[in-house]
Amino acid sequence: MSVLPAPSALSLRDVVLDFRDLTKVYPTPTGEYVVLENLQLQIKKEEFVSIIGHSGCGKTTLLTMIAGLNDISRGQILLNEFPITGPGPDRGVIFQSPSLLPWMTALENVLLGVEQVFPQASRAQQRDICRYYLDKVGLGNALDRRATELSQGMQQRVGIARAFALKPKILLLDEPFGMLDSLTRAELQDVLLEVWDKEKITAIQITHDVDEAIFLADRVIMMTSGPRAQIGDILDIDFARPRVRKDILNHPDYYGYREHLIGFLEH
Amino acid sequence: MGQSQATTSLAPAPKAALPALTRFLPDRAALARRAPGAARTLLISLASMAVFLLLWQLSASYLYGVEADARIARVTQEQGEAAGAEMAACIASGNISCRPNTLPFPGEVVQAAQLLLADHRAIRAKKLAFRAETAPVNAARAEQGLDPIVYTGRPSFLDQVGTSLKTVAVGFLISLLIAVPLGVLIGLNDTLRIAFNWMIQVFKPVSPVVWLLLVFMIVKTLTLGSDSDTSFLISSISVGLCAMWATLVNTSLGVSSVNKDYLNVARVLQLGIGKKIFKVILPSAIPLIFTGMRITVSVAWMVLIAIELLAQSPGLGSFVWEEFQNGGTDSNAKIIVAMFVIGLVGFLLDRMMFWVQQRVSFETVRA
Repeated sequence: MSVLPAPSALSLRDVVLDFRDLTKVYPTPTGEYVVLENLQLQIKKEEFVSIIGHSGCGKTTLLTMIAGLNDISRGQILLNEFPITGPGPDRGVIFQSPSLLPWMTALENVLLGVEQVFPQASRAQQRDICRYYLDKVGLGNALDRRATELSQGMQQRVGIARAFALKPKILLLDEPFGMLDSLTRAELQDVLLEVWDKEKITAIQITHDVDEAIFLADRVIMMTSGPRAQIGDILDIDFARPRVRKDILNHPDYYGYREHLIGFLEH
Repeated sequence: MGQSQATTSLAPAPKAALPALTRFLPDRAALARRAPGAARTLLISLASMAVFLLLWQLSASYLYGVEADARIARVTQEQGEAAGAEMAACIASGNISCRPNTLPFPGEVVQAAQLLLADHRAIRAKKLAFRAETAPVNAARAEQGLDPIVYTGRPSFLDQVGTSLKTVAVGFLISLLIAVPLGVLIGLNDTLRIAFNWMIQVFKPVSPVVWLLLVFMIVKTLTLGSDSDTSFLISSISVGLCAMWATLVNTSLGVSSVNKDYLNVARVLQLGIGKKIFKVILPSAIPLIFTGMRITVSVAWMVLIAIELLAQSPGLGSFVWEEFQNGGTDSNAKIIVAMFVIGLVGFLLDRMMFWVQQRVSFETVRA
């Protein structure tokens, strides 16, 4: 099962994110609960990685630690060789719930971050950036709608636009489509891939959905169940980009990948 | 070709978005369904009003009977049978001089309301006449730099309502100026929250009357040497202090219970403290702040009457007290009129706050 690539397989320059002996411990009344233990992983530039595993295996803990929203107990996460110490807009997060500020319009929600990241840009330039990304996610005609007036799917589109508009070094997706119905989910996966193919921002996505993982990712990282979760297996997905759903589903390798992942999860 | 069709059918993003938008337009069918409900509400309300008036009429006539019997019995005992019979006849004739003094009938209250309205018109006419009469004198006085002569006659009932509204408005402003900033600070800072907690717990339940006395002590000392009338100041400050607690508690709760997702967004974007407060925390707390303000207005109006009554500042409270003290034949009816006016004004104030609350809130507010 050990398909872990040797660290030397990647040239140091290409590594954007480097996990070194990453450990997360939650104190509980009955002693320490070790969620992740000595996790080693390297993520390359412009790579799309999906992390899959059962509930409670520490996937979300891992992602929130990269985002800087959760403290690291032991070990390090290096982002371009600098250790992560806190949150920052260089890591765009697409949350599971869209987390839009409901009193703002779609545009204002995106603008809030853009103002932060591009403070020197003029007001008009900042708005243009927001419009560009909202247009890309198919909300060009809903810019001035309040977040509360948007459907769940549309809200998550704004969430995608907000993350990309920050021009982050890394995109973190925490089961971003988990709350959507399957039709909307497929739609949004296409939207996400379309924007991602242009921007090629290194992305780490957490998912429960095997098909989503294969369709989106270059590598699928399978995590063992907690406590003391580890990387169980890594699967390279060799589909060319840009990907078209129909082609992927008809690809001869697709079911092999699928069986590999399901086999691991049911193990 | 087949491929591109497959893609477009899976990703018709803007097209799929459009039908979703229509969900937020008012639904005609839903409005139509609600209409019979409104008619039913009106019907039930009218019916219960009729029952209320009937019960009122019955209890008034019962109390009237008890009072009349007692009076006849007393006169008979003190002055003999003949005087008793005379008294019974006098009461039966409806003569004002021997009317039993008790809960007034609904009809009497309506009459008293008409009387108060007529009185208001008379006083208004007098005021206008006075103003016209003194206009040339006042113009001359203004040239000499003297204060104009103003009408100082008795205020009408509606003038008193106006004064009360002014007192409540000033009291409400005072409570907002104290409670909203303080509530925000308490909500943001855990140390401040602990520091103020005992104060809120202890002072919140204090009676309006005691607040009035406290404010009186302080204002009296601070305005020593000034001969201006401080009763308005005292009563509005007291109203503000009594009513501010709901806003204070709700504001601090709203500020301290902001959705964690919103705070995470602020953290990821590394918003500065000012931006965090004004763009994320305050907007998120607005629904609760306005809920508090709505309660504050209701409480302010409720305690106002008691405070005016004691502070002897003009307004509905002192109107009620004076009517009670002078014990005229229609005093009781006038008090009941005042009661309904107080209730209706309070209801309207609440509706007004509800309207404002809906304007500013991003959530749907329940009535």
